Order: sequence, then C-alpha cells, then structure tokens
Amino acid sequence: MSTPTETPPAAPTFDCRKAFAEEIIALAQEDPRIVAVCNDSVGSSNLTGFRDAFPDRLINVGIAEQDLVGVGAGLANGGMIPFVSAAAPFLTGRALEQIKADVAYSATHVLLCGQSPGMAYGELGPTHHSIEDLSWTRAIPGLRVLVPADPQETRAAVRYAVGNPGGYYIRIPRHAVPAVNPEGTGFELGRSVRLAGHSPGGEDVTVIAIGTLVSRALAAAETLRAEGISVRVINMSTVSPLDADAVLAAARETRGIVTAEEAIVSGGLGAAVASLVVQNQPVPMRLLGLTEFAPTGSTDFLLEHFGLTADGIVAAVREVLGHGGA
Amino acid sequence: MATQIRLWDLEMINRAKLGHIGGDFSVTDILTTLYGAVLNVDPTNPTDPERDRFILSKGHTAGALYSTLAYCGFFPQAELATFAQALSPLNGHPNRTKVPGVETNTGPLGHGFPVAVGHALAAKLQGSPRRTFVVMGDGEMQEGSNWEAAMTAAHYELSSVTAIIDRNRLQQGAGTEDTKTLEPFPDKLASFGFEVRDIPGHDFAALLLATQPSTTGKPVAVIANTVKGKGVSFMENRVEWHHKVPSDEQVTQAVQELTNA
Repeated sequence: MSTPTETPPAAPTFDCRKAFAEEIIALAQEDPRIVAVCNDSVGSSNLTGFRDAFPDRLINVGIAEQDLVGVGAGLANGGMIPFVSAAAPFLTGRALEQIKADVAYSATHVLLCGQSPGMAYGELGPTHHSIEDLSWTRAIPGLRVLVPADPQETRAAVRYAVGNPGGYYIRIPRHAVPAVNPEGTGFELGRSVRLAGHSPGGEDVTVIAIGTLVSRALAAAETLRAEGISVRVINMSTVSPLDADAVLAAARETRGIVTAEEAIVSGGLGAAVASLVVQNQPVPMRLLGLTEFAPTGSTDFLLEHFGLTADGIVAAVREVLGHGGA
Repeated sequence: MATQIRLWDLEMINRAKLGHIGGDFSVTDILTTLYGAVLNVDPTNPTDPERDRFILSKGHTAGALYSTLAYCGFFPQAELATFAQALSPLNGHPNRTKVPGVETNTGPLGHGFPVAVGHALAAKLQGSPRRTFVVMGDGEMQEGSNWEAAMTAAHYELSSVTAIIDRNRLQQGAGTEDTKTLEPFPDKLASFGFEVRDIPGHDFAALLLATQPSTTGKPVAVIANTVKGKGVSFMENRVEWHHKVPSDEQVTQAVQELTNA
C-alpha cells in the first residue's frame, strides 16, 4: 500500500461489529451455504439482522461453547460455511480444545468470530476480557488469526475467509475505531498494510500494531514527526501466519520495532514479531500490551493504564531509539 | 466380518505394542452392524456429499475403526500393518485428512457428538435425507459437551441423529458407576429428549433394529450394552485391558478363542 494516511484527532469512529453484521448478511444473500451459529449471543454478536433475514440459518445452541464450536465443525462437514460467533473470551477460553481438534486439526472451513475482544468489556473485568485469545489461537498450527483494524478491513477479512477454505479466528473489535486503512484496501492473508512511513530517507523506527492500537500508532507517528522522528506504521491484520517479509524488512531498514496490541504480551503479536526478529535480524524492541489482569475501569481507562495510547507508543519509540544508540 | 475385524485389530496392536484393545472389542459389533448393513457410504467415493456420516467419538478405539474401514475397502488391508508406525496415516487416533472414511479428528473425549449434531443441522437445512451416527464410550458421557450436544439435538428435533453409546461399564481406571454414576442412564437420555433404545450390544439383530430411523421424530440414543474385551476370555470385563498390550502367548490364545467362537 502506498498512500500515507493521516488520522486527524476528530476523525469519526466506527464499531467494527456493525460492519461484520452487515457483511455476513450480504454474503448470506449471495451464498446459501452461509449460516451463523451463536451461544445465546444473537444481540451481542449483532446477529439480529441476520436472524430476521435468515431465521433458519441462525443456529443458537444456547450457553454451550464447546457444543458451539463442535456444531460449527459439523456444519462445515455437511457443506455449510459457518460463522461461529461468540464473545471472544468464552469462544476461545471455553472451547479451545474444540478449536484445536475440530477446526484446526480436522482442517474444517469454520469462521470463528471473537466479538468484543481485548478489554472491550471494561468494568466487567478480567473474566470478560479476552487478552489471552491471540496467544492461544496463534499457538494452534494452521489456524488463521485475523485482527481487522477498521470496518472496511473487517468486511474484507470476513469476505476473504468465506472465499478461502480453512480454519479462522477473526477478532472483531467493539471499541470504536477510526478508519485507518486507505480507501479501497482489501484483505490478503498474511499480508500487512503499511500505513505511514514513506520518508525519502527511510524511517527511524517501526511500529507494528493491530486492531484498536493501529489508530493510536498513527497518532504517535504524527507526534514524532513533529520532532523529526520518522515512524513506519504497519497494520499487521494477520497475526498468524505473520507477514515475515514486512517484519524482517522493518528490522533491516529501521533501527528498532515497537509492537502494540490490546492483549497479553506473552504469546500474542509482540511475541510473534520478537520470535522472528531475534532469530533473523535482532534489533531493539518494545512490546506494548497487557502484563497482568486488568484492574477495574472502563476500556479507555484501562488502555491508558497499560500505556496502550499514542503517548505510550511515543515513549516506547523513544526508548527503542535510545537503546539502539541514536 | 466382526471376527476378522477383531483379528486384524489384535494383530495391529501386537505389532505396534500399543492400542486400546478392550474398547476396540466392545465397539466392534456396533461398527460391523453400521458398516455392514446400515450406513450409506461408498468406499470408492468416500467424500460423496450425500453419504451418511459416521463419527467415532471414542477416537482411542481407532484400531477397530481402521480394521473396519479396511475390511470395507476404504483403503488396502496391507496398510493396517503401518498402524502407529512413524509417519503412518494410521495414527493412534483417527485423522480425516489422512484416512479415507474418517469424518472428524477425535481423541479428546466429548467432541464427536457436537460435530454430529452440526452435520445433522446441515442435512436438515439442505433437505437431505442423509443420516448421522456417532459412537461414544459410556465413560465419555461424563463429558459436559455431550449433554450440551444432546440438548441441541433435541431442541432442533434432529431425528436423523443416532447416538450410540458403547455401554461396557468400564472406563480407563475403574467402573463407570464407581467413577461417576451414569445411571439411571436411559432415563437421563429420555429426559434430554431422546428416543432411547436399550439393547444387548453384541446382538446383531438387536443392533440392526436399534439403528433404524427414529419412529418418534426425536433423535435416537442407542444404549448398546457391551462387554469390554468381548471375545477373549481373559480380557472380558477387565479394567486393565483398556490399553494393555497382549503378550505373544496371549495373542495366540486370543486368536484361538476368536477363531473358534
């Protein structure tokens, strides 16, 4: 992608779940094989529209996540294309073995959609936060882990997953985000999007971010630009398989890498990038994310608490530059 | 057919020095009935979309399934010799991407029933008459996921589902009733909305009748009362034969008993 995007502070924000809901209705109109499966989450998965349009094709298994994922795998075995949708912490935590055995290991075409991931549930606390999902799903061989960053990318990722058989975990952000990708950006598995950093002399540092942190990374890049520090910002919307070329290019061409995710740092995006970098092209890194269960607070408060803000990213970039011997 | 399946299974386990012979022998007559007389499957076209689905949820008895599939021609009998050997498609638990006729990868318990329910939902949405069979161990019914699936099957009135429980009354470490009581088992299944058929699980006529379609519009649960280690005197109803490997002498005796039965 070649167009740098600027995100003014007052940019309108969007809820990706709405884009998800609209897109699967559109897809279901085109393809009779598409069904939605949920766990009493018709409302929280934004599936009321789907249910109204296709009452027979909305399967609600009740509060039963292991059954939810197994039923999804069975529907796929029967030739359907199931969107298995549930709140991310319960979908991944409660049914992890089904995700491993029935979806990934059995190589079924199932689209697992984790709704309201990260700390979207704010004050409801760590039982309802989904900060471990990326570590868990990324550890499962062959499972494709997608984290779209804005509504346009959500639509494109969902459409890609329908058209390309395989097991998917798609993390659908609830926390409202501005549009970050250039107009017309599609989705390609394992291919990241470079959003900022096309300086004639190259960039000083790379920030690799996902989901809700992408717009914050762009804001950080703006701030740093004023100080003469050039930042390459990469939206790594496929966490697995990782875009190794983009990561290694960043390690070669810039002086360090900051990763930013609304997830625990042990095992998620940052760990994935670090593993690749340390084995191939070691450079200074900072991994931004959660390091412990969150205290009580709203999503915005908690993002601030863990430094998952533009300011937090700015500080991490400065640290990387200091460490690298500016 | 059942004797041949048990003999091949015994040979595989003896060669590999691992396997789950007790459960293999309790489920063999169920598999024989299904593959011999009930399932609409074609070994020359194992992915025909309109085939009936058979899911072995008790995946640790893969040896019995492999022998059955080989007997029916899904793959050459010679391949059985590779069971559990390095890089063989015949893993200790079945793999659908490597073994024709396997529908889903099982091994961890409590997985097959939800997958069967999902398949039956697909068939219903498609207006297809194809049927779905799943075989579970009785100990496996201690897994909560099975009861989640049972509720879904009943709620969606999936009369095309037949859930067969291999009721040999033994699990890995002890009897099912000593471990976590299943009884009153038929009542439990009936109260979950199933048409329950409680039958002798080594009686082919009873198995054939019990695997006929639902007569009530409800999903069917067959409690097949079986004997773990069936057919070999020193294995029958003995908890240690869950995954014990017979010695050469024991193999000779087992072959004799199975052949003369």
